[in-house]
Amino acid sequence: MEKYTKHTSVAALMNRSNVDTDQIIAKQFLKKVERTGFGAHLFHDWRFLEDGSPNPDFELNKPEFKDAKILVAGDNFGCGSSREHAPWAIDDYGFNTIISTSFADIFYNNCFKNGILPIEVDSDTLKALMSEINDNEGVSFTVDLENQQVSTPGGIEVKFELDGFRKHNLLNGLDDIGLTLEHIDKIDSYEAKHKANFPWLWAS
Amino acid sequence: MAQTMYEKIWDAHFVHQEEGQAALLYIDRHLMHEVTSPQAFEGLKMAGRGIRNTHSILATLDHCVPTKMADRINLPDPIGAKQVQTMMNNCEEHGLTLYDMESRNNGVIHVVVPEHGFVHPGMTTVCGDSHTATHGAFGALAFGIGTSEVEHVMATQCLPQAKSKTMLVKVDGKLSKFSTAKDIALAIIGKIGTAGGTGYVIEYAGEAIEALSMEGRMTLCNMAIESGARAGLVAPDQKTYDFLEGKEFAPEGEAWNQALNYWKTLPSDADAEFDKVIELNAADIAPQVTWGTSPEQVIPVNHAVPAPSDFDTEGKQIACESALEYMGLESGTQMTDIEIDFVFLGSCTNSRIEDFRAAAEVARGTLVPDNVTAIAVPGSYLVKAQAEKEGLDKIFTEAGWEWREPGCSMCLAMNGDQLKPGERCASTSNRNFEGRQGKGGRTHLVSPAMAAAAAAAGKFVDLRTLEKT
Repeated sequence: MEKYTKHTSVAALMNRSNVDTDQIIAKQFLKKVERTGFGAHLFHDWRFLEDGSPNPDFELNKPEFKDAKILVAGDNFGCGSSREHAPWAIDDYGFNTIISTSFADIFYNNCFKNGILPIEVDSDTLKALMSEINDNEGVSFTVDLENQQVSTPGGIEVKFELDGFRKHNLLNGLDDIGLTLEHIDKIDSYEAKHKANFPWLWAS
Repeated sequence: MAQTMYEKIWDAHFVHQEEGQAALLYIDRHLMHEVTSPQAFEGLKMAGRGIRNTHSILATLDHCVPTKMADRINLPDPIGAKQVQTMMNNCEEHGLTLYDMESRNNGVIHVVVPEHGFVHPGMTTVCGDSHTATHGAFGALAFGIGTSEVEHVMATQCLPQAKSKTMLVKVDGKLSKFSTAKDIALAIIGKIGTAGGTGYVIEYAGEAIEALSMEGRMTLCNMAIESGARAGLVAPDQKTYDFLEGKEFAPEGEAWNQALNYWKTLPSDADAEFDKVIELNAADIAPQVTWGTSPEQVIPVNHAVPAPSDFDTEGKQIACESALEYMGLESGTQMTDIEIDFVFLGSCTNSRIEDFRAAAEVARGTLVPDNVTAIAVPGSYLVKAQAEKEGLDKIFTEAGWEWREPGCSMCLAMNGDQLKPGERCASTSNRNFEGRQGKGGRTHLVSPAMAAAAAAAGKFVDLRTLEKT
């Protein structure tokens, strides 16, 4: 996994709440057995017209947002299905940061497994960030993971909360499974005890 | 110290916690289907890792499988067929139990797992599927995970987890005979919203929850995720034990007694404290219908479609406006005046035998109008066989319904069963998101009996006004 570092990037605005994983990556694209190539299908039903051409009314099709790495979106982003294809598509499209007031639980977890930083801010801050983009489409925000801060040319400086372990893994691009396997002796001894306490779990 | 059921299960599965890191939680059961697992198997292989406990895994094919027999023999979609084949190869290679399409145990993962007693009270259970919450009906801590976590559990039998907050949803009073577990689930989501449970594990309790059958509790817990919760739980009781006893993976003999003694220690202590408590009275819960594109956009069937001005926040007003546009509805229209084109009876929410009995009761002697298509999709072959044994299939087909093979089908429309743009569907599934049942399709979530009433009338019907002629 790539390390997440401090960056200054275009912030795209998606002023919709409850953006669900069915919209992020529609079911017809879930049949692939690979992890790659989902970016082409991100927000498919909103992004493309019937004939397959880009929908000019869809916000992310604005040329100002073309190189955006930061997505600023409404409440409860990523609700619905557990499909990790959603963060795969977001990552593959080019976003590495999503800012909202809240994220659905499974989606939030899935982001960290894919080097994406979901940032939670309060609703007044979100409004301010959104209006700065509205006033100046194509504006770049700076995200500093080490200092847990988002700053904008308009003078917004906001700190965000983040679990220390997740931050560490993101900064260092670490593989979760490797970290768990460092505790294999603890897992072995837990499992032996668990087997003794609940023998029926192993009967089949 | 007094503990909630969630805290008891957490403590019993706590393996280790490194300072400043998430806790490692041991996972007892790992359920799988073809959509969210292939990349996890590939990841394992690339890292040279194996599966720690193959006996913890039960797999099925459900999302991509066609519900018409001819198509099941020869899958018409080559990409879906490849996904199915990949699952079969992965299970074969690792020696995993798979209920493939030829198995009489095949069906939707969250329907077949309880049928075989694979998940017990107090177990930790995961699946790359958000509706894993279903198994909370047994007093198991069950939640959906992403594909990276599927790989993590296969390799380590553990997951790094942050502890959730606890919410008690207490539903006292008696449900009317026209309302069901589905209506309770929708009413709760209507009250707390689709993000209301975010960060929480919900425990459902109270007189109305105790009165639910195991099927009803599965329907309720299934939709815990639709309120944003990590998991839903119902305390195990005699109904739970009776349901499990004698099932293939249930303990036997002395082990049964040992297990039973443990299960009885699981319910939350009487003086346990929850971080949040929500109360509803079951008597107030009318049959529900969603009008919008989020499960929280739900009202009693005898109400009218709301207007943006009925909502107090700007976000909800915008959401209402865009939902009305997508759904092709006008504020003020009575729900019972809304005509439908399609009815879907199925999904991991409502495709168990009890659901088919409830729908058949209403469908008996009715006729689906020519301009409406109604499909009944059992959750598993065992449900299908039981329904056929009871003659329910005849009631549906004589009423003009299609009687299909099991699968997820039109819950998420991956298998070819889907709505055309603009078509309106009364659906017993769990999500009414834009495009969920097909691009441009309009989904209204309802209970099985409400779906059957809508199928007969070609529009939504308040079950409470239905007179049998």
